Amino acid sequence: MTEESKDKRTTKFELVQAVYSELGGVSKKEAADLVDQIFELMKETLGQGEMIKISGFGNFVLRDKRERQGRNPQTGEPIVISSRRVLTFKPSQLLKEELNVESATLSSAPRSG
Amino acid sequence: MTKSELIEALTSRGDITKAHAEQIVNCVFDTMTTALRRGEGIEIRGFGSFTVRPYKAYTGRNPRTGQSVSVASKRLPFFKVGKELRETVDQSKAHPITSGTTDRGSDG
Repeated sequence: MTEESKDKRTTKFELVQAVYSELGGVSKKEAADLVDQIFELMKETLGQGEMIKISGFGNFVLRDKRERQGRNPQTGEPIVISSRRVLTFKPSQLLKEELNVESATLSSAPRSG
Repeated sequence: MTKSELIEALTSRGDITKAHAEQIVNCVFDTMTTALRRGEGIEIRGFGSFTVRPYKAYTGRNPRTGQSVSVASKRLPFFKVGKELRETVDQSKAHPITSGTTDRGSDG
């Protein structure tokens, strides 16, 4: 198996660049603030126990897990895993399709900028 | 919260027009989708990271009929929640989980 050779990662910086250059009408600073606000709003919403549905992308789903018995994988020692609320992402059908079409043609065409 | 509710929230929080907020939200998720389509990961500090995982083709079974079906190799997005958000979410345990899409009649 090949290790993930692409260590290129999209960060907030690239999202700000996209908002700034593709939309215009905002300074770089404003674009950065707006992108920050999007993730802040999502964090606040999830932090209030409210799930998020982004059509065409996916759903951020909350789940309550009961307390259960587990094991320390290193020592094998039994431990109690406390009850907790966790966040999972369920990709939309559309996103799943996007990742699986024309993958052959895309891989040879790296984008510039 | 739906995408349109996120757009509304950004409209008031960011003091911009709704049309502008819509463009920005779409631009962000489109850019993320494009990155994943290229097989690139996404890392949003404090929020989480997305990676694309390849899955090999396998022969599965239709659970209803027992007939074997071949499942093609595929790529799926995977989200790993960031530490800060994981803690924030866990701290909301006391509140019930809601979908937020309570009938809000008028707005489309």
